[in-house]
Amino acid sequence: MTTETTVREPPRVSGGDVANGHLEELSRDPIGLMARVRAECGDVGEFTLGGRDVVLLTGADANEFYFRAPEEQLDQAEAYPFMTPIFGTGVVFDAPPERRREMLHNQALRDKFMRGHAATIAHEVEQMVARWDDEGEIDLLDWFAELTIYTSSACLIGPRFRQELDGRFAQLYHDLERGTDPIAYVDPYADIESFRQRDAARAALVELVSGIMERRSAEPAPADGEPDLLDILMSIRDEDGSLRFSADAVTGMFISMMFAGHHTTSGTAAWTLIELLRHPGEMDLVRAELDDLYADGSEVSFQALRAIPHLESALKEALRLHPPLILLLRVAMEDLEYGGYRIAAGKFVGASPAICNRLPGDFPDADAFVPARYLEPREEDRANPWTWIPFGAGRHRCVGAAFAMMQLKAIFSVLLQGWEFEAAQPLDTYRNDHSKMVVQLQQPCRVRYRRRAGSGTAS
Amino acid sequence: MRIVVDRDLCQGHAACEGEAPTVFSVSKKGELTVLQPEPPEELRAQVLMAVKYCPTHALSIEED
Repeated sequence: MTTETTVREPPRVSGGDVANGHLEELSRDPIGLMARVRAECGDVGEFTLGGRDVVLLTGADANEFYFRAPEEQLDQAEAYPFMTPIFGTGVVFDAPPERRREMLHNQALRDKFMRGHAATIAHEVEQMVARWDDEGEIDLLDWFAELTIYTSSACLIGPRFRQELDGRFAQLYHDLERGTDPIAYVDPYADIESFRQRDAARAALVELVSGIMERRSAEPAPADGEPDLLDILMSIRDEDGSLRFSADAVTGMFISMMFAGHHTTSGTAAWTLIELLRHPGEMDLVRAELDDLYADGSEVSFQALRAIPHLESALKEALRLHPPLILLLRVAMEDLEYGGYRIAAGKFVGASPAICNRLPGDFPDADAFVPARYLEPREEDRANPWTWIPFGAGRHRCVGAAFAMMQLKAIFSVLLQGWEFEAAQPLDTYRNDHSKMVVQLQQPCRVRYRRRAGSGTAS
Repeated sequence: MRIVVDRDLCQGHAACEGEAPTVFSVSKKGELTVLQPEPPEELRAQVLMAVKYCPTHALSIEED
């Protein structure tokens, strides 16, 4: 048994001897900071975020402790204060595991809806490339962010709602994601430019949704169409006949439903394309695999749900090297102990996909893009369930992981069959912007596209 | 063989039910019931697939 006297406080990483601790370093070089915590302190180390200590756990054992901990010990509810002004009050960031299980089975993420979603996604990609000339140039961040607004709104809310959206919605949504500076850990309503833009964007989104709701009130839904989620929310009325959910409440729900799957999928699509451009041999493998798979004229809605080994490996490797979430946070609800260290109630506790996905002991040649590490018999994702964690792990593992992989397979099925891509800037200049808690590609991030020889106009 | 479920990890995706429907059953609320905790040898191939395709790695097999 461990006695109380042998339980120590976690070691602290160097630096951070200023008012907001390591906040400035976190917004300048978060991965560098977290790597330094591991290098100086080991599996358990501490840094300071605003006035709060963050105990950062890394490595398989510590991650298993973290991902297995029940809500009563490690809670997510207060760990992401930068989300509250985006969702609005009254929308929770995360649900308890029991509720998450029900969600999986009750709604749009259910297995049996996946084929319909795959067809919807393929259609949205085709609509976007239908605007292209035979050759041209796109910005990866803008393009994939817009695409994933359409796919997630169509799949999660409904095609009729999706039809009401255009690039303006995507731009406003992007402004929300940009309003996630780490200073939110000190004051989520600090008077800074990106927070003012965030609040203006949310107000403008409420206006847009409000307009859509007014139009729907004025004209009844088409008799042949299925009601979408907005129809359902608008059908719920209080006793006096007024709408139960205001435009503000509906907007908050839609923003939060789309949030987890938006910047994450968009960023992964962009990084997969970038890594395939950096590794032409892998691009050839994936393209040959897709050409072969679709040679019989089969539908994307069919194939995207089935194994596409080379493409899947490339996607997994992009996720490992460029995880959309680099730091996962919880709050310790009671005094905890791990590895002989005390984690005091009230402290933040963190796990880091950015660090753990590249642990050299678990992933040979950890910084290199090597899709073959997922093929049998290596299967390094399955071999390292606590450190291959682009989707997290355990009871809070991303419930949308299967949907995300299907979506990415559908996107690349359409793009790579019809189009060739090449970098429009030096390959080492694509990088992430880490100044926000929501990590996105830094602009410029441009690529050129050209219609493939032998491929007709988009069907 | 005996089936071991790590309840901390199960999210109720029901992939196991798809692979081995006579061994696993997942309710509407996502709760897993193991219908045959010690399935006969002829179901081994199905059970191995269920273990392999569990998205949260919640399943394993213990040999007698």
